[in-house]
Amino acid sequence: MEKSRSPRVQSSIPLWRDERFLRILGQVVFLAILAAILGYLTSNMLTNMRRQGLGLGYDFMRLTAGFDIGEHLIPYDRSSSFLRAYQVGLLNTALVGGLGIALATILGVIFGVAQISSNFLVQRLARAYVEFLRNIPLLVLLIFLYTAVFIKLPRVKEAVILPGPVLLTNRGVAIPWGIPTETFSLYVRILILGVFLAIAVGSLLVWYGRRTGRAPLTLLWSGLILAGVAVLGWVALPAPPLSLDPPAVQGLRLAGGQQLSPEFMALLFGLSIYTSAFIADVVRAGIQSVSHGQVEAAKSLGLTIIQTLRMVVFPQALRVIVPPLTSQYLNLIKNSSLAVLIGYPELFHVSGTILNQSGRAVEMIALVMATYLAISLLTSTFMNWYNRRVRLVER
Amino acid sequence: MSRKMIPIFVLLVIGALIVAACGQAAEPPAPAVTPQVQIQVAQAPGFGETLTAVQGRGNIICGVNGQLPGFSFLDPDGNFTGFDADFCRALAAAVFGDASKVEFRPATTQERFTILQTGEIDVLIRNTTWTLVRDSELGLNPTATTFYDGQGIMVPADKGFTTLQDLEGGTICVQKGTTTELNLADVMATEGVSYTPAVFDDVNATYGAYAEGRCDAATSDKSQLVSVAKGLLPDPDNHVVMDVTLSKEPLGPVVRHGDDQWFDIVRWVIFATVAGEEYGVSSANVDEVRDSTENPEVRRMLGLEGDLGLKLGLSNEWAYNVLKLVGNYAEIYDRNLGPDTATFIPRGLNSLYADGGLLYSPPFR
Repeated sequence: MEKSRSPRVQSSIPLWRDERFLRILGQVVFLAILAAILGYLTSNMLTNMRRQGLGLGYDFMRLTAGFDIGEHLIPYDRSSSFLRAYQVGLLNTALVGGLGIALATILGVIFGVAQISSNFLVQRLARAYVEFLRNIPLLVLLIFLYTAVFIKLPRVKEAVILPGPVLLTNRGVAIPWGIPTETFSLYVRILILGVFLAIAVGSLLVWYGRRTGRAPLTLLWSGLILAGVAVLGWVALPAPPLSLDPPAVQGLRLAGGQQLSPEFMALLFGLSIYTSAFIADVVRAGIQSVSHGQVEAAKSLGLTIIQTLRMVVFPQALRVIVPPLTSQYLNLIKNSSLAVLIGYPELFHVSGTILNQSGRAVEMIALVMATYLAISLLTSTFMNWYNRRVRLVER
Repeated sequence: MSRKMIPIFVLLVIGALIVAACGQAAEPPAPAVTPQVQIQVAQAPGFGETLTAVQGRGNIICGVNGQLPGFSFLDPDGNFTGFDADFCRALAAAVFGDASKVEFRPATTQERFTILQTGEIDVLIRNTTWTLVRDSELGLNPTATTFYDGQGIMVPADKGFTTLQDLEGGTICVQKGTTTELNLADVMATEGVSYTPAVFDDVNATYGAYAEGRCDAATSDKSQLVSVAKGLLPDPDNHVVMDVTLSKEPLGPVVRHGDDQWFDIVRWVIFATVAGEEYGVSSANVDEVRDSTENPEVRRMLGLEGDLGLKLGLSNEWAYNVLKLVGNYAEIYDRNLGPDTATFIPRGLNSLYADGGLLYSPPFR
């Protein structure tokens, strides 16, 4: 501080007018206040909990849960532990989040492209879809889908049977499902082989593309090879690896197939179409951000429309699309906690039950927050990695 | 007004609206007193703290269900009515000599214990079952049982379900975070009946789904099932409660650990209503009884002899006020759950011990 850079001010500036010092001071004061507030809240909570004879700790997670959960991807019953119940909830969140992201992306891309279609009707309909969904609260949409759509489907006896057969009832939607037979494990190995083959061919094509400057349809070829292996394997095996299990009405209930509860359907559809509206706009903005001159230049070079999109428009559009897309994915995962109101046993719903049955409010809420944080950070790490990969194309 | 002023004006209006909205939302419950009291309670929940806080605030904050006709339900005039709500009023009558000094705080099953532990409410009267865990680990004290209940199962009448085995493979609607949810799992596991629970957050969601046919059955305390069937479902006559009892459900007011005086007050207010019925003292004749009675116990209860009220930290007219302003147990029961109401539940176990029930007041001495 003795060395002032300004020649006019020879004597040292008083501390309270030194901008650098003030800046640091401001930050220190802010941090101190923040720490004091957090410290006060924590100590207040701990003191009160001690007074009430409540301790902090996660030992209770090993205790018997005692309640049942309607939908579980891993074995679970009332004698399982709270921890197990929590894992059931976490997996249900992962399921609805994963499927939701996939569905929302597909729908979002379709409606995003449709929004800039030159076909007037298609463009207007896509616009209406986006505007409608973007402007109603998700919670309202979910409750509408649950109470006015999925739970209002006909009773099991009068089930609507779509070809497939897909059964629509107020107890859930049942779709045909495959039951693994004895050749299933062999088939899985064939599929893994197919994946390796596809990756090998893909890498070869990429190498070829780099060397020759052409742009081979890497993904298409890899996909075709994988599909080919899958079909050939299925046919070559002595018995099909999966036997079809069509759902049917049995008395008053549904039997067979895969049954999807109304709660799950309402949540999955609600999250998917709601988020797809936002993704549609992200995609539209991404495509429109590529200047028209690029397309004209591509045309004048003699590229076809498909080639133009694939090699000129999309690589550049992705740079704009990926970052906001990440936050849409995160929103979808976090919004899945709204399922608590329609009764789908995802993370937050199950945690609420655990909280109530164990009485550990602070621990459970902290755990839920930490878990959502971890899921979100994981997702955004992946998306950031993808974003960097996309960016490399730019140079 | 110049053009430039318009955005500023709009901002001001919006700001004013927000301020007005906040003010309105905050005012009705308790004008700026609640936070202060919360701190008091949270800082030192010790002997006598709750009564001091309640008296300082001028009303009792009573956690209730709010969605159950017959127990606690918002009537068209905006008042909470029902069996549980009347016990809140009885408490206010004992403390203030004024049954209206109650602030009702509707609570979900999930938040009910937390808001009691943290001092947001003074007492929880929300058809809450007395269990060991709640009594010990959760830091709560069930005071006395006001309603002896058992868990039942409600099914549509036309389905013809009569035993638990009939529900094999079915779906059962249940409310989240309740003992009901645990009992159901226990009993079904014991009986070897497989089922799928559909778990919902509140009364309306649970029975809404049941009414739509989402579930084969709904389970809860029998009193709640009757209350819901008669009070909430569109077709009350098409639902029956199966003749199966899954568990014991002693329901009653709950207070938090640490303030034995408040615990005693709540418990003895309940006993006063029961004793009132035992000795035939009701709101109709309490004045007459007070002038004429020779029964020493009744005289002690009504504050004519001794200082029982002062021992609780209340006035000596506390029990008189409870009986005069709210009534004895039979009156409270009949008013809300009696044969003349829409939510009629036979008294059964909730009769005096002399009539074959479980109600019994310790001596007023």
